[in-house]
Amino acid sequence: MHFSLCDCILDLVQNSVEAKAQEIRLILKQSEDSFIVCIDDDGRGMTEQELKAATDPFYTDGKKHIHRKVGLGLPFLIQTVSMTEGRFDIQSEKEKGTSINIEFNFKNIDTPPLGDVISLLYQVMCFDGSFNLIVERSYIDDRGTDSYKVDRKEMQEILGDLSRVSSLSLLKDFIISQEEELKTSWSSTS
Amino acid sequence: MSKMTLEDLRKLRETKKLEASQRDTDGKETLVIVGMGTCGIAAGAKEVLDVMLGELKKVGNDNVIIRQAGCMGLCHVEPTVEVRTPGMPDTIYGKVDATVAQKIVHQHIVDGHLVNKHVYDKPAADIIKQ
Repeated sequence: MHFSLCDCILDLVQNSVEAKAQEIRLILKQSEDSFIVCIDDDGRGMTEQELKAATDPFYTDGKKHIHRKVGLGLPFLIQTVSMTEGRFDIQSEKEKGTSINIEFNFKNIDTPPLGDVISLLYQVMCFDGSFNLIVERSYIDDRGTDSYKVDRKEMQEILGDLSRVSSLSLLKDFIISQEEELKTSWSSTS
Repeated sequence: MSKMTLEDLRKLRETKKLEASQRDTDGKETLVIVGMGTCGIAAGAKEVLDVMLGELKKVGNDNVIIRQAGCMGLCHVEPTVEVRTPGMPDTIYGKVDATVAQKIVHQHIVDGHLVNKHVYDKPAADIIKQ
């Protein structure tokens, strides 16, 4: 199983990229008790049977690795969510796209640690391909919501090729500064 | 650090571009590929990529491209890092952790010596194209 929640999410976004999605939206809503994650893509999607099979750890379409008998991405996530009283929902339509909604439950002691949001965000931005990815990250408490947004197309327009070390480190610095601002506003309101 | 705006980011990028153009590089590119399949992520590939990026930034070589690949069939030795750099054989490293990642940057990319105990250059049979 993945060590942190961010590792699970990285895995899911990689699925969207591999499903040839052109538009991916990743929403991360964090509060004291929960972490809500939504991933929407317009990739190749799955039929009802494929979707059922994708949640079975002993199923794989066998195209990527011809002798392999397991497919663990989604099953890992489902296992994590079900043993920690979280929520998981996946909708998919063939040739239209897939949409995943998850709620991780921070109140349960077995929920894995959140992990490193900063590396998650810059790493999903530099996956190979011409897709666009919009990340909406927010923190919610009873006093309100603070959020920021990162748009892959916009970052590419400003920074050029995101896989180049100098651009990627600037992207990381940018995300660090957004994340710090988010954290400052949490601590100042609490 | 105050919150960086898109305008700040744009300015920083311009400064970096200028610095890079003043540096004497021979235009040869190094490619670093980190395996980011389920297996890689579970074994800690995210941290490896993070360390690689940090070290490469320290070294200050802008002619390096970092890419992420899916599973390359070496799940038993994940996290894996493939390095293609001029003057060195294309190499796949396995069982890479933060320390090994630092070694790959300094020893392989900068100094041109293999990091011997971590070379796993033969992909598993199920991924080799027949």
